[in-house]
Amino acid sequence: MIEIRNVSHRINGTPILHDVTCDIPRSGITALIGPNGAGKSTLLNLVARLLPLEQGAIVVDGEDVSRTPSRDLALRLAIVAQQVGIASRLRVQDLVGFGRWPHHRGRPGPQDAAAVAEAISDFGLEDLRHRFLDELSGGQQQRAFVAMGFAQGTDWLLLDEPLNNLDMFHARALMARVHAQTRPSLDRPRSVVMVVHEINYAAGWADHIVALKDGQVSASGSPKDILTPATLSALFGMEIRVEQVEGRPLIMHHL
Amino acid sequence: MPDRRLVLLACLLVLACALFLVWGLKGRVGFILELRSIKLAALLCVGAAVGISTVVFQTVTGNRILTPAIMGFDALFLLMQTGLVFLLGGFGYLSLAGPAKFLLETVVMMAAAMALFSLLLGRGKHDMHRMILVGVIFGVFFRSLTGFLQRVIDPSEYSVVQGAMFASFGSVDPAQLFFAGAVTLAALAVLARLAGTLDVVALGRSTAIGLGLAYDRLVIALLAVTAALVSVSTALVGPITFLGLLVAALAHALMRSHRHAVLLPASAMIAATVLVAGQWLFERVLHLQSTLAVIIEFFGGTFFLFLVLKGRIR
Ligand SMILES: Nc1ncnc2c1ncn2[C@@H]1O[C@H](COP(=O)(O)OP(=O)(O)OP(=O)(O)O)[C@@H](O)[C@H]1O
Ligand SMILES: [Mg+2]
Repeated sequence: MIEIRNVSHRINGTPILHDVTCDIPRSGITALIGPNGAGKSTLLNLVARLLPLEQGAIVVDGEDVSRTPSRDLALRLAIVAQQVGIASRLRVQDLVGFGRWPHHRGRPGPQDAAAVAEAISDFGLEDLRHRFLDELSGGQQQRAFVAMGFAQGTDWLLLDEPLNNLDMFHARALMARVHAQTRPSLDRPRSVVMVVHEINYAAGWADHIVALKDGQVSASGSPKDILTPATLSALFGMEIRVEQVEGRPLIMHHL
Repeated sequence: MPDRRLVLLACLLVLACALFLVWGLKGRVGFILELRSIKLAALLCVGAAVGISTVVFQTVTGNRILTPAIMGFDALFLLMQTGLVFLLGGFGYLSLAGPAKFLLETVVMMAAAMALFSLLLGRGKHDMHRMILVGVIFGVFFRSLTGFLQRVIDPSEYSVVQGAMFASFGSVDPAQLFFAGAVTLAALAVLARLAGTLDVVALGRSTAIGLGLAYDRLVIALLAVTAALVSVSTALVGPITFLGLLVAALAHALMRSHRHAVLLPASAMIAATVLVAGQWLFERVLHLQSTLAVIIEFFGGTFFLFLVLKGRIR
């Protein structure tokens, strides 16, 4: 479980998060939703210690994030951030291979190679594995970064808008893969927290939803409870119609 | 694949060294060989320091166009020289012994670099661009101050400053060389162990932290090593702005790899080869003293422009 307790955060004196408290359950998919600028990325970066925690506490499976050594945390939690620019000239296979760094620290072994091969085939990158990253399309790059996060093989995986730039085939494939790896019935189920803007993916696949607005948690619970016209209209400030299709909410936000 | 290219570079370097040592050898062979070996050692030391410090600096800053010189290092060096002449007078400056002056210069340069870096990193500001901007501003400030001091000092003493202002590969103080060699070897030993970690640093701050690096501490340490290397080369032969730029671009273009295990040795060997072969060509073959620095700056600048225009720099 990730316990977030009374977390407030300021950037250059501007308050971004106000007293955020919530729990993210172990195993399953948690979707983080909310308007642009709500503070979703900031919260995710605080959990992944990419930003220093200023106020409050964040505990991942019993370990306080601000006190756990970075390299220990890298074995439990991986993050694929929203904007990752890469300066060096890297091939896809090398990038995915870096996901294994916390395990081998420079000396990859056979199990590292196996994990990299698996991540590469999971995200349909076989044909691209020898291509340079800066010679790929946006969606192909995005898949390579997500594959790197998966290769890290951690219990927790934080994905900031992983569906960015993906076509519908790859977007669904990613969600299906994440879903399959997070089932509680597995030996070692993963837990995935993802920021999603395309709300129907959250409706279709998420087990738990946390809604953020203006730096505060405005709602959290199961998709059925959160994805209602009333809650969504308040969250995004627009009229939103919700239908039921095959027992799941279908959000008609695009019309 | 990269290994064969490294072997080729090593062969070129050995060839250049051999030419440098034995070309036109006659008369008191032992004495001349000793003089040449000292010079050769200095060139190798400067080459390794310039090549490696530039590659590390560019990796840390995530940039292929900046070098430590842009952070105001050479400007600080010139200010220090001018300041010493101003304080001690031309004669006092010249009588300042080699090793003491060298150590002082290295320590001042490292301290200045660390002050700059920790000022900007220490307060949780992880903003490389801000740091570089401050570096550029400091560079301008140091240059203006140097210009001011030069106008104030005696014209005859100004000529002493001028000697230090331009890179010269002619004279090397053996004692100074000993310290420079020790500092360079220590820095190389540290970086050799960090080659794999540098590959991760090159992925950028978020990714590196996500993979478990203590990024901020590591960056400070890497910049300190860079500062030490830059001090060594500047103190030994003076400011050479474009050599690092030229060499780092060449190393990246030739090795086409993200692995510092090959980039670092490649850049060190390319820089050393350029210096040794260049010095041999200009001093021994063409009998042109003290033109190598000018040529390196000219070709370095031109080649760099070419690379930028061809879009080969990434
Ligand atoms: N470096 C920064 N300097 C100043 N303000 C910032 C900075 N980074 C983020 N902010 C502000 O913090 C707020 C939250 O940003 P954050 O990136 O967490 O939003 P988000 O919910 O992820 O939005 P999006 O859906 O657009 O990704 C925004 O109002 C943004 O303008
Ligand atoms: Mg965001």
